[in-house]
Amino acid sequence: MIYLYFAAGIGLTVALQMVQAPRKRLAIGALLAAILLLGPLVNGNDATLNVLADAGIYIVLALGLNVVVGYAGLLDLGYAAFFAIGAYAYALLASPQLGIHLPFWAILFIAAALASLFGIVLGAPTLRLHGDYLAIVTLGFGEIVPQVFQNLTKLTGGPNGIAALDFPTFFGRSFGQGSMPYYYVSLGAIALTLLLVRNLRDSRLGRAWMAIREDELAAKHVGINTTAVKLAAFALGASFSGLGGVIFAAKLSLVSPDLFQFQLSVLIVSMLVLGGMGNIAGVVVGALVLTFVNGVLLPQANTMAAAVHLNVDFGQYHFLIYGAILVGIMLFRPGGLLPNRQRSEELTNPQAGTS
Amino acid sequence: MALLELHCISKRFGRVSALAGVSFAVERGELLAVIGPNGAGKSTIFNAITGIYAPDAGSIEFDGARIDGRPTYQIAVAGIARTFQNVRLFTFMPAIDNVMAGEHARLRSNLFASLLHVPGERREEARARERARELLAFVGLERVRNVEAGSLDYGSQRRLEIARALASRPQLLLLDEPAAGMNPREKASLRDLLQAIRARGVTQMLVEHDMSLVMSASERIVVLDRGEKIAQGPPAQIRADRRVIEAYLGAGA
Repeated sequence: MIYLYFAAGIGLTVALQMVQAPRKRLAIGALLAAILLLGPLVNGNDATLNVLADAGIYIVLALGLNVVVGYAGLLDLGYAAFFAIGAYAYALLASPQLGIHLPFWAILFIAAALASLFGIVLGAPTLRLHGDYLAIVTLGFGEIVPQVFQNLTKLTGGPNGIAALDFPTFFGRSFGQGSMPYYYVSLGAIALTLLLVRNLRDSRLGRAWMAIREDELAAKHVGINTTAVKLAAFALGASFSGLGGVIFAAKLSLVSPDLFQFQLSVLIVSMLVLGGMGNIAGVVVGALVLTFVNGVLLPQANTMAAAVHLNVDFGQYHFLIYGAILVGIMLFRPGGLLPNRQRSEELTNPQAGTS
Repeated sequence: MALLELHCISKRFGRVSALAGVSFAVERGELLAVIGPNGAGKSTIFNAITGIYAPDAGSIEFDGARIDGRPTYQIAVAGIARTFQNVRLFTFMPAIDNVMAGEHARLRSNLFASLLHVPGERREEARARERARELLAFVGLERVRNVEAGSLDYGSQRRLEIARALASRPQLLLLDEPAAGMNPREKASLRDLLQAIRARGVTQMLVEHDMSLVMSASERIVVLDRGEKIAQGPPAQIRADRRVIEAYLGAGA
């Protein structure tokens, strides 16, 4: 059953990318929506929905990071920090920890706003930096944030984190233990993110981001305030991460600093690279493929190994496997599985890029 | 009052004096050419006007307000657009998106309008697209509007850069060697384009090495040599100026 979801998600997203005719696209989109909306009602295996809800959160994160890295061309390796900020916002505002019990739906907005504020905090000092230097500073930020949560022991419970977070409610009904409500929430988050990200791409702001990515000096000469526009990229990108963090924390009912390590940032960047930076459909496919490897294939491999009395934990090797996938992508398809035409040419023909 | 006034602009790079007390004015509606041998300071003038460098001394007034020391994007918003000596397009964006990016300063949609795609934003985007098409038609590139800028031939890239600059509805257009690398036919049509831009009421400043274009297109010429202004006047006068001939051919010519 879970294979069907991933196959439908990946296959139909690729189809949406390939097909141009609006009516066919509408049909494909409707089919995809029907499978995703009705599937769980037909067969609601909880473990399956749990993995799918994770996939949904990763898609939101990847789409948000794509705004920063794919559109504006700012390499951000600390993206997990904003995810942590969102998750901790939920943990502090909806748990016995501080005795505050705000509704889940309100915290979604609070966390998105808070994360975008921190996006600006990170963005402001780094605006003069480019490429590698920017990446290093964002990496540092990504390390600092979980460390701060770990060290603020009184507030955050330190390394143990915060547990027993409130179950969200929907019109008075608690989400409870099951994964199904989170699955639908993550679907809604994807829909919202897709809508907003697409609007941004086709807007004055989106054009300004891409202009900066292509040639920052020329962008200034057409009147683009590069400082403000880059800050907007950091802020908006971060807000999606914060949103994802709230859903993640509520679903797990637990936060702790070790959930937000550097590996998570790398994972999201890997999703972009794998799927196709700058291209919405590519990013979605990249997120689905890596979640599938991580959440389905590796556990499956473990089960099979155990069946033949082989004591291997393939989960331990997931970075080895990502690494191999990424090396393969870089060698054979440097623009990603579904490349953005613009970005892929920059990668294969560096001479033609910005000078 | 002149549209652009440079007062005693000086700029040094280390021990090299790129500009030494250069003053001149650009009148509204004219096409002024700036010429001089390599290293005379022509490009430095452009870079000082658009705020890439702040001049070490002197002031620049545009439309009655000081612009020296202001950031480049504000100078663009104030109404000065430019093209570059080495074409700098948004290479992997379609031609029409390049021009629409050029309209950035004249569009109002803010972050929230962009995010939510509100009706006002849609209308503005549609108008911006329509205007970009008109500008592409004006420079003769309407047919290739969906081609990526980097895939266009060289002459078309130059024209696209001019269209992008015009998209910001500038009062003053700075053209940095627009004819460089063009063949005679492209140069002839470039001259026509410059005339057509003038007819739109845009003041132009031209840095160019191609003397036939300079002499036929410009009304006044400013000649620089080693960072100093050595002559200024209409083409016929410049052509006969002894110091200009010396600067170009060396003393004793």
